[in-house]
Amino acid sequence: MSAIGTGYDLSASQFSPDGRVFQVEYAQKAVENSGTAIALRAKDGVVFAVEKLVTSKLYETGANKRIFNIDRHIGCAVAGLLADARAIVNVANDEAKDYRSQYGTEIPLKYLKDRVAMYMHAYTLYSALRPFGASLLLGSWDKFEGPQLYCLDPSGLSYGYFGISIGKAKQSAKTEIEKISLKDKTCSELIKEAAKIIYIVHDEIKDKSFELELSWVSEATNGRHECVPQEVFDEAEKFAKDALKHDSDSD
Amino acid sequence: MKYHTQSPASTGTSVIGITFNDGVLIASDDLVSYGTLARYRNIPRVLKVNEQTVVGCGGDFADFQHLSKIIEQKQIDEEANNDGFTLTPKALHSWITRVLYNRRSKFDPFWNTWVVGGLQDGKPFLGYVDMLGTAFVDRAVATGYGEMIAKPLLWEAVEKKESITEEEAKDLIAKCMSLLFCRDSRAFPKYRIAKVTKDGSVIEGPFEVNVDWSIAAHVQGYE
Repeated sequence: MSAIGTGYDLSASQFSPDGRVFQVEYAQKAVENSGTAIALRAKDGVVFAVEKLVTSKLYETGANKRIFNIDRHIGCAVAGLLADARAIVNVANDEAKDYRSQYGTEIPLKYLKDRVAMYMHAYTLYSALRPFGASLLLGSWDKFEGPQLYCLDPSGLSYGYFGISIGKAKQSAKTEIEKISLKDKTCSELIKEAAKIIYIVHDEIKDKSFELELSWVSEATNGRHECVPQEVFDEAEKFAKDALKHDSDSD
Repeated sequence: MKYHTQSPASTGTSVIGITFNDGVLIASDDLVSYGTLARYRNIPRVLKVNEQTVVGCGGDFADFQHLSKIIEQKQIDEEANNDGFTLTPKALHSWITRVLYNRRSKFDPFWNTWVVGGLQDGKPFLGYVDMLGTAFVDRAVATGYGEMIAKPLLWEAVEKKESITEEEAKDLIAKCMSLLFCRDSRAFPKYRIAKVTKDGSVIEGPFEVNVDWSIAAHVQGYE
């Protein structure tokens, strides 16, 4: 880290002279070390795709999933320290459960993301705590609000997006997302694009193997967040691989 | 003030259940009574938990609603876990026994009788739990007046044959529901059936009880 920061990075409760909280920045760095996760907002829902890096051949396939259900209607893709991410996902599960028991209805995503963001923000305020080394992409679809997509980061910020990427290759993934006209596309079109982006941004030299994770929540799934059906997954993965092959052929 | 017991307020009457060759039926009428008053009509007392589990409930309706919410949340938790496991009828039956037994042990029981049914590892499962936590599993169960009025019929059908078809089971349910309506003053002529087969679970109905009042003119000696 920069020499200016020296001495101001041991605690999350102390600013550096130039007004930064280094612990929060380190947490954001932790997110940037993990495999890429993206989410795209279609006109009829939200799709998620994750590049789950497999660090050992000894893991069972499907282990350490990075896409979660928060409630029936909210999906979540994470990047960063998986244990931190799971802890936040548990908090989000509990918030959704609490809202349901108090109000008898599903929690709207705009409330859930605020509650979870405030929880994450609280971990940037005390010297005894460290911020979460994880970012979350939260997506939902309902017939009143339509598709909704938010990104929460370790500082406790939350913004709404049309398309967003987090993790290792967030920059190049963002460039790819910007090429798509998200607003005219449906989930079934975007799921392929999402898979393709993950394949494009994957760095074969640095990270050898990865598993693709795909999920969606849309009008077609009745507002439920689900893993995509196997045939949709296969089709999307094939589309991604073919696009990649085509690219390298033309080089 | 510590009450020795509670007492139920708004109540539902019998629930009956039967297994057939490849599934389970649970039926209950659509009435919630307030004492002897037929207070709330068109209220289903059978609940779909997931594609392999359904429940039916008699007794205090508020307690049923309360536990329904908890069961629904349990199911949502299972779905959020996304590990391929879900609430099975056997597991839910066992869970309900623990909850009801725990409450009766505090002298503050949930005033219900539950019937839990569904497919457990592909085989029909049907269980009963009462407000004391007494529980059993059988091929046919009934609660309340159903235990006295409908159960002999259900038992006869189930014991006579190795297995019965869905059609036969439904006819039997219809017969039991009409018999219950004739005898039980808190019964109602509209009922629903929760069905579980390998194709999933559905709540069917409401069905009308088929009663022939023409014999009423011939009844003598009760005037």
